[in-house]
Amino acid sequence: MLIFEHAHPGRRAHAQAPYNAPAAFDLPADQLRQTPPLLPETSELDVVRHYTGLSQKNFSIDTQFYPLGSCTMKYNPRACNSLAMLPQFLSRHPLADVATGQGFLVSMYELQEMLMEVTGMAAVSLAPMAGAHGEFAGVAMIRAYHDARGDTARREIIVPDAAHGTNPATATMCGYVVKEIPTDRQGNVDLDALKAAVGPQTAGLMLTNPSTLGVFEKTIVEIQKIVHAAGGLSYYDGANLNAILGRVRPGDMGFDVIHMNLHKTFSTPHGGGGPGAGPVGVSERLQPFLPIPYVVSERDFYRWAEEADVPQSIGRMSAFGGNMGVLLRAWVYARMLGGVGMQRVAEFAALNANYLAAELNKAGFELAFPERRASHEFIVTLKKLKDETGISAMDFAKRLLDYGFHAPTTYFPMLVPECLLIEPTETESKETLDAFVQAMVAVKREAESQPDLVKSAPHKLPSRRLDDVKAARELDLVWKPA
Amino acid sequence: MPFIPHTESDIRSMLASIGAASTDALFDEIPAELNCGGLPGIPEGLSEMHVTRLMHRRAAQDGFYSNFIGAGAYEHHIPAAVWPIVTRGEFYSAYTPYQAEASQGTLQLLYEYQTMMASLTGLDVSNASLYDGASALAEAVLMAVRANKAGCRRVLVPATVHPRYLAVTRTTVKNQNIELVSVPFDKTTGVTDLAALEAMAGEAAALVIPQPNFFGALEPVDALTDWAHAHNMLAIAVVNPLALALLKPPGLWGAVGKNQGADICVGDGQPLGVPMSSGGPYFGFMTTRQTLVRQMPGRLVGRTVDLDGQPGFTLTLQAREQHIRRSKATSNICTNQGLLVTAATIHMALLGPAGLKSVALESHAKTRALLEKLVSVPGVERVFNSTFFHEAVIRVNTPVDDVLRALRAQGILGGYALGGDYPELADCILVCATETKTDDDLEQYRQQLERILSRRNGREPGVPPCAYK
Repeated sequence: MLIFEHAHPGRRAHAQAPYNAPAAFDLPADQLRQTPPLLPETSELDVVRHYTGLSQKNFSIDTQFYPLGSCTMKYNPRACNSLAMLPQFLSRHPLADVATGQGFLVSMYELQEMLMEVTGMAAVSLAPMAGAHGEFAGVAMIRAYHDARGDTARREIIVPDAAHGTNPATATMCGYVVKEIPTDRQGNVDLDALKAAVGPQTAGLMLTNPSTLGVFEKTIVEIQKIVHAAGGLSYYDGANLNAILGRVRPGDMGFDVIHMNLHKTFSTPHGGGGPGAGPVGVSERLQPFLPIPYVVSERDFYRWAEEADVPQSIGRMSAFGGNMGVLLRAWVYARMLGGVGMQRVAEFAALNANYLAAELNKAGFELAFPERRASHEFIVTLKKLKDETGISAMDFAKRLLDYGFHAPTTYFPMLVPECLLIEPTETESKETLDAFVQAMVAVKREAESQPDLVKSAPHKLPSRRLDDVKAARELDLVWKPA
Repeated sequence: MPFIPHTESDIRSMLASIGAASTDALFDEIPAELNCGGLPGIPEGLSEMHVTRLMHRRAAQDGFYSNFIGAGAYEHHIPAAVWPIVTRGEFYSAYTPYQAEASQGTLQLLYEYQTMMASLTGLDVSNASLYDGASALAEAVLMAVRANKAGCRRVLVPATVHPRYLAVTRTTVKNQNIELVSVPFDKTTGVTDLAALEAMAGEAAALVIPQPNFFGALEPVDALTDWAHAHNMLAIAVVNPLALALLKPPGLWGAVGKNQGADICVGDGQPLGVPMSSGGPYFGFMTTRQTLVRQMPGRLVGRTVDLDGQPGFTLTLQAREQHIRRSKATSNICTNQGLLVTAATIHMALLGPAGLKSVALESHAKTRALLEKLVSVPGVERVFNSTFFHEAVIRVNTPVDDVLRALRAQGILGGYALGGDYPELADCILVCATETKTDDDLEQYRQQLERILSRRNGREPGVPPCAYK
């Protein structure tokens, strides 16, 4: 039942709005609304019960294991939320003078400093509001760098075929042409293809390392040489930063610009699809182009660097400087972990991933790259199962939901057929991983013995399999009263 | 080990299963020379208790102020029920609802949100949110250019649009060969100058129409919408969603006819249950006509049925999006601002049509009352004569920075100095009072302003405002 169907004309949650508001006596009639908007007329209790009930129809980290590859669904510590929601932080106006926000700004400054240390980059801006937003900032900086040098013939961004969809979409938004290069059989960037692809038209390369195939690019040093020798810059997609925290730093790998997903590596919540935060880090040569604003310190006074301080900046990315509340949560997380805690993140993310891969392999699942070490994630391919039983990765994923596990990432990366991309993260216990293996085995047996049961899954959730085709063909995006 | 549950015995048995000697061995494919050997520059970890103490100290340092700044972020009462539900783990720690069957709570909420926003703006469809109001305007400009069949890449943006929205739009479209052309405002009314618009040469894909505009004034939206349509342009509305509880929805702007109304409507959803939080996270919204839905960026939730024929919800039209279309997607946007939309939906449901309208009316009345009080102070005058929603511009006869600093010393944030964005308004302040201000708050502001200006204006020459006491 929709909230609108709970409504009764004239019902109100009276305490929530001003009593006795005046009429708009002085506003011209032709500027006024004649019919009220379709908002529900309900009581406070109606609303609380309805949305509490809706929340209970969700999977979430707080209730289920999410082995969702490339998404780093780790536990979101509660202290990060409660401390970011202290009333002084919530009530601060973004345009209030910086003198009224020194406690907030010093935290942002420290976060910038910690992210520089973690990534090995020369400077960081917290302005981008999501991973893709950070990618945009990064590629725009690459373009601004070349343009500032008058090197305007560089029109192409090279992207491996295993890359996230945001990489090519971002390059297009920055006015670049995308050149895709293949991956070799070991899951590495095909070096010969890269050599053939670079040239005076190359603006840069976008790379995730470890890649979306869950393996470390062993030839990363060689890759950097090829790109840099051609005059291009290299972009690090930080989606998989959790795998290397405190082990290897993108700056040390030779990257010129990176974005980080704080809603992955720094454990801020995904919130059912945002808000995220996608800070960018740069090497010295890209520093003049960083997006504004970012925090600078002058004799222990903190203020925003704006247009006048950074005249070559690619510009402003949001009205007020970014997803501050998310950044505060990341700061709390980083301070609780400390440097040693961060190093342990990668260590135990790798332990969990390699353990889960080993156990699944022993249980008869085929790994896409069995001869490679898993990073923080790995790929299982169900191609054989599909050929034998007709059960697809999607069917398999849906049946896992019935066992109380969120599905792994399916059909990404697209070059591995019927793939499940699995990332357990460091916050899950051995018992949870063992229970997941048992569920995987149980679903595999069902696929072999009762394929219809799997094909029609899920059976125990608030909805059964939903008709996506009908949703797209008979678009129903807005409720209309009967 | 914070947030890592492993015991020594877990580690041993897991390594044995893998066949690795140590956890270090799990990194053996990484070239040894790249190993950074830890993060000595990061401070030592703090317990939850210690980090709590530190954070409380920093929050107390920032304190509370009596705020009269608006300029795109507004202080409103948020019902106590909103955020405890939003931060329930089932909403807070859920993933993007790609697995529809495991995300019906979030998906149904988004469908309800889309319904509310479409109705509030008077348009057919809404997406599930964008980053903020400024980036939503940037996306609307890109969308209008995509939809322009003649390939025109020019968009008219009045100078009364939020200057930072314009800045973000410029950042976003800079590399796509799109020209943003400024339209001046009338110095008396503070709204877009129709005569100047009429005189502008050349074609354009769209005209942006703010309502209320950056100065708080109500634009002649009907005339602007009709002008845009008469010149084969799309009309892009940039609105405060709270104002729409009171004001004519963009879908009804302009003369009645088959082309009535703005074509795309965007704005920032912050006034709908989102705290000011130093600037974010907020959320951007976008609604449009049915005919433009395939050009729309961002996620969309559709209602459909499951295998049993029961209604359910799922993400739809994903073929527009980056994870499917890659370099040909409508936008690179992936994550949106789901949790803020959760807050806004619950907020709008709690207030209902009557509650939301009374907040809008009360905010309007409070700003009216504030303006009356402030212009009664010698040395203060009102700048524009247009009707306003809940913001207005005053001119002071004393340097603006000094005035604001002196007010701040008394715990009052007196407004937004306009000189940085509009040099011709260097002696002007944009003020805002919402329903959160009492008559006593307004009177405090008046008294302090009067005291500051009278000291400054000669009665005690050479004596600085009280801020320096």
